[in-house]
Amino acid sequence: MIEIKNVFFTYPSGVEALNDVSLVVPDGDFIAIMGQNGAGKTTLVKHFNGLLKPTAGKVFVDGTETTKVSVATIARNVGFVFQNPDHQLFSETVEEEIAFALRNFGFKESVIKKRVTWALNLLGLTQYRKTSPFMLSGGERKRVALASVLAWNPKILILDEPTIGQDYQQKEKLRQFILQMKTQRKTVIIVTHDVEFVAECNPRVLLMREGKIIANGEAKAILTNLEILTEAFIVPPQISQIFMKLTDLGFSKDIIDIYEAHKILSDFWEKEKL
Amino acid sequence: MAIIETKKLTYTYPGAMKPSIRDVSVKIEKGEFTLITGPSGCGKTTLCRCFNGLIPHFYQGEIKGEITVAGFKVAEHATSELAKYVGLVFQNPENQLFALSVEKDVAFGLENLGVPREKMRERVDWALKLAGMYDLRERPPHELSGGQQQRVAIASVLAMQPEVIVLDEPTSFLDPLTAKNIFEVIYELNKKLGITVALVEHRLDLTAKYADHIIIMEEGKAVLDGEPHEILASEEARLIGVGVPKATQLYHMLKKDGVNLSNMIPLSSDEIATVLRKVLGAND
Repeated sequence: MIEIKNVFFTYPSGVEALNDVSLVVPDGDFIAIMGQNGAGKTTLVKHFNGLLKPTAGKVFVDGTETTKVSVATIARNVGFVFQNPDHQLFSETVEEEIAFALRNFGFKESVIKKRVTWALNLLGLTQYRKTSPFMLSGGERKRVALASVLAWNPKILILDEPTIGQDYQQKEKLRQFILQMKTQRKTVIIVTHDVEFVAECNPRVLLMREGKIIANGEAKAILTNLEILTEAFIVPPQISQIFMKLTDLGFSKDIIDIYEAHKILSDFWEKEKL
Repeated sequence: MAIIETKKLTYTYPGAMKPSIRDVSVKIEKGEFTLITGPSGCGKTTLCRCFNGLIPHFYQGEIKGEITVAGFKVAEHATSELAKYVGLVFQNPENQLFALSVEKDVAFGLENLGVPREKMRERVDWALKLAGMYDLRERPPHELSGGQQQRVAIASVLAMQPEVIVLDEPTSFLDPLTAKNIFEVIYELNKKLGITVALVEHRLDLTAKYADHIIIMEEGKAVLDGEPHEILASEEARLIGVGVPKATQLYHMLKKDGVNLSNMIPLSSDEIATVLRKVLGAND
C-alpha cells in the first residue's frame, strides 16, 4: 500500500510541483494519473519509489517512510518505467538490459534466464534478444524498458506513459498484462495522456492540475465529465464524445466503452422494430 | 504534382541484419496531409529520415531505389540543402534540441538559411506563439518537460516554413488538449499556407480526420495506400492491427447488425454523430 500524506514538493529551481497532495493506493489498485503537462504527475509518482522525497509531508510504501530507506531497497518492490526509454537503457544487448536488474537483486542465473525469456516473449522482443537497444525503433525501446522492469515482478508497478509509440496490438497486450497483475493483487499506477487506452482499461482515474489532485474516481464518471476534463486539459475519449452529441435524443452521456455503446444503440433499434 | 516520391526504396542501417524499409514506392502530392501509420518497428521513422536526407547522408548504411523531394534527388543533395524544403520534427525532442534558450533553438534553422534579422525575429515569435511556447522563450530547452520540448521542436520546424513538414509522433508527450491544439495548428497551416504535411501517428482517433491520404506500413513495406475513409474501413487495416478509430469500429458493428446507416464511413465523433442522427432522426 502507498500512502501520501499532505505532500508538498518544490524543485531546486523554485517551481512548486506538488501542493498538499494526499492519497491512498491500496494493494491491487489500478490507477491512471492524467492531467496537463507540468501538472505534477511525474513528480508525484517519483515519490512512490523514493526517487524524490517530499519537501513537506510524508510518503509511506508498505508502512515504511521513503525517507528512512534507500531507493535501491524500495526498488525491489516498486518497479518504475520512465517516460523516455533513453533515460533508462544502457546495455549492449536487449537481453543484457533485461538481466541487469535481476543480477543486482541477486537472482540465480537459471532464474534470470527464465525471467528474461518470459519478458522478451511478453513484449514481443524475442527476435531482438542479441540486438543493441539503440538499434531498435522508439516503440521497441519503450518495450525493452518495460520488459526490464516487469522481469523482476515487482509488487507495485509504475509506468510513465507506457503506450507511447505502441500500436494497437501492443497496447492490447499491455492491457491484458495489467489486468492479470490486478488479479494477482498487484498495484499498477500509470501516468498517461492516452485517453483511449484509459477508456479501454477502466481503471480508477486521478486528474491533476497545478500540483493538486482535482478528481479521483471511476474512469466512467471522470472521462464523461467534460467540465472537469477540460480543467485538466483532457479531451474525452471518442465514444464519450459521440454520446455527448446525442444526449438530446435521450441517450445517457456516461459511456466510454465501445461494446457498451454498441449494445445501447442496438437495443435502441431492437425496440424501434417492435 | 508529387512533392515526395519514392521508387522501390530499400534501406538497411549499418550493422543491421535486414532492411528497415523494403521496396517502398509512395507518392505524396503537394498540399496533401498524409498520415503514416503501422505497427511499432515497421519502418515509419526510417521512411521519415529518408524524406529529409538524414538517410543516407547521416545514417549511411545501404540504400537502393530512388527518392525525390521537391524535385531534388535526395541522394545527390545534402540534408542542409534539403532543409529549405523539408522540416523534420523528431520522435524524441531531446535528439533535436541543443541551444541554451528556446528562442535560440527556434532561430537556429533560420540563421542557417540566412533569413534577415527582422524577418527572423518575426518568424521565431510567430512559431513560438503557434506552439504555445512564447512565454517560455528564454528558458533552456533541457530544463523543460518532455511535452514542452516537443512543442519547441515543432516551433523550430514551423519557423522555417518549409514546403513539407514531416512529423514523427510529434505529440506523444503532450496532454490531449494541447496535442489537439497542435494538430489543429498543423492542419490550418496545411489548409491555409498549403504546406504539405506527413505525420507519423498510432493514435488515429485523434488524427485520422485531418488526413486526405494514409499510408499503412508493415514490416518495412507500404502495404496500404489511399484515401483514409476507404483504407481504414478495410479488413486489411484491421488485420494489420492499426488502431482504427472507435467511431469507424462502432459504425461497422452497427452496419453488421443490419442498421441502415449511410455509406459515408465516419472517422471522427462528429462524423458518426451525424450518421447516427440521420437514422435516429428518421425514427422520431
